[in-house]
Amino acid sequence: METYSFLRFVADSWALLVLTLVFLGVILWVVRPGSRRLHEDAAGSIFRNDTKPAGDSHRGKMEA
Amino acid sequence: MWDYVKLVVLGVIAVCAAIAANYARDLAYMVNAIEVMLAAGIVFLYTLRTMGEYRAVDQGEYLDSVVRAGAIATAFWGVVGFLVGVVIAFQLAFPSLNFEWAQPFLNFGRLRPLHTSAVIFAFGGNALIMSSFYVVQRTSAARLFGGNLAWFVFWGYQLVIVLAATGYVLGATQAQEYAEPVWYVDIWLTIVWVAYLVVFAGTVMKRKEPHIYVANWFYLSMILTVAMLHLGNNLAIPVSIFGSAEITVFSGVQSAMVQWWYGHNAVGFFLTAGFLGMMYYFVPKQAEKPVFSYKLSIIHFWALIFLYIWAGPHHLHYTALPDWASTLGMVFSVILWMPSWGGMINGLMTLSGAWDKLRTDPIIRMMVVSVGFYGMSTFEGPMMSIKAVNSLSHYTDWTIGHVHSGALGWNGMITFGVLYFLVPRLWNREGLYSLKLVSWHFWLATIGIVLYASSMWVTGIMEGLMWREVDANGFLVNAFADTVAAKFPMYVVRGMGGVMFLAGAIIMCYNLWMTVRAQPAKAGVGSAIPAE
Repeated sequence: METYSFLRFVADSWALLVLTLVFLGVILWVVRPGSRRLHEDAAGSIFRNDTKPAGDSHRGKMEA
Repeated sequence: MWDYVKLVVLGVIAVCAAIAANYARDLAYMVNAIEVMLAAGIVFLYTLRTMGEYRAVDQGEYLDSVVRAGAIATAFWGVVGFLVGVVIAFQLAFPSLNFEWAQPFLNFGRLRPLHTSAVIFAFGGNALIMSSFYVVQRTSAARLFGGNLAWFVFWGYQLVIVLAATGYVLGATQAQEYAEPVWYVDIWLTIVWVAYLVVFAGTVMKRKEPHIYVANWFYLSMILTVAMLHLGNNLAIPVSIFGSAEITVFSGVQSAMVQWWYGHNAVGFFLTAGFLGMMYYFVPKQAEKPVFSYKLSIIHFWALIFLYIWAGPHHLHYTALPDWASTLGMVFSVILWMPSWGGMINGLMTLSGAWDKLRTDPIIRMMVVSVGFYGMSTFEGPMMSIKAVNSLSHYTDWTIGHVHSGALGWNGMITFGVLYFLVPRLWNREGLYSLKLVSWHFWLATIGIVLYASSMWVTGIMEGLMWREVDANGFLVNAFADTVAAKFPMYVVRGMGGVMFLAGAIIMCYNLWMTVRAQPAKAGVGSAIPAE
């Protein structure tokens, strides 16, 4: 099979399937149970640390 | 030691640029080489003068001086870009404004890329770099990574703009829309862009917040995708290293497809994803409420990323492009409408429960109108990508109207809102100098856009209909010049819209200037800011 036809075949079969599944997986991941608290914390993160970087002790901690 | 290395490198660059200017095969290349020589010389002198000075870097502070410089550059290039736009709008209405004495430098053909690059890459690009540096520091709770590398990004990017702008006027172009800069400017931009990625990604990596806030996802996708597009579309071989002429490696329909893969994704990732990053930070900040739905914002992001990259072929309907490719572009453009409106709803609904702010806060009004224009132009775009509609709209002024409702309405208005938000904070001022002037700016800009877009709808649909009109024997009824003559009134209206938009931007500059000059400093918060 010539390169063009081969790439064409891969693109509109397996690649399309994989990309669609990845996309659906992202949506499922977003709405997974228990994500609400993480998302609320992230959405509120813009209201912290407005004037100064956080100290080293804050690394990786969520607001209670 | 590092300073000595810098001096050697800068000296070598300056000497090489001088030699290049001497051997230059064309005027644009020679002027560009002299500019590079001057830039390297100035940085050489600056490095020499400040050598050995102890420079304290306080990791307990944000690096905001580069954001301040970026805010100034954004406002400056905005006014320049709008001004050139007004000039070329009137050149189309009154061709005698292509002055004989200024040929060939100031004719429409050379000023038009100057306008598009100035507004997209100089105004929009500086707004993106500046706001991304501000946002990534706050949302990562960390100072910018890489020390003064951020300053290299800022000045390097200004050099790209100056080289490209003078090159266009003097005739250097690779004749690809929105990718006109020639090969050596492309190489320099690649270096600057990689430095930008290092600063941005480095800051995200040393973040103190557990989560990467969604605005940073949008900014990062913009940086990565623009790098990929830039490298793909600028594959070219220079005719000589002492000249600006070059040959693109693609030809024919491949070249056209790569160009519009680049062109449409420049809109998609530079003017949409990057500016959505601004929306997701600054709209909630100004509204003082978190974004309406964080889940929706993640889905918005991934849907946009998955779909946008395929939409480019809709620029090439009814050309030598295979039918399947153009259908693919159309289908993905139409699907793209959904995430776009998801994002618009997310931005607008952030204000739910705070709608009264629309009445009291002209900055939030500006942001809301900008999100509204985002929604409008992301509805209009998919519609125009449908082949049947495109057969009427393509090559007409409708396209220009569509681009401007997006660029002036969405990109322009959100950037103005961001500047009004940032300047008092960056210069540590109590508030803006005048909210009344913000309202003046708002109304001038809004009415200007409405005049611009509506006149272009009328003239675009009119000329599309005139071009396809045939008589009973199948002959075309109108000559091309007939459509040109019929468009004159709309061209004048469009020019007036541009004048209003420009006037609004000048009022903004005055307002921001007076904010820094005349407003009292905020007492007791933040750090001391040296007088500048």
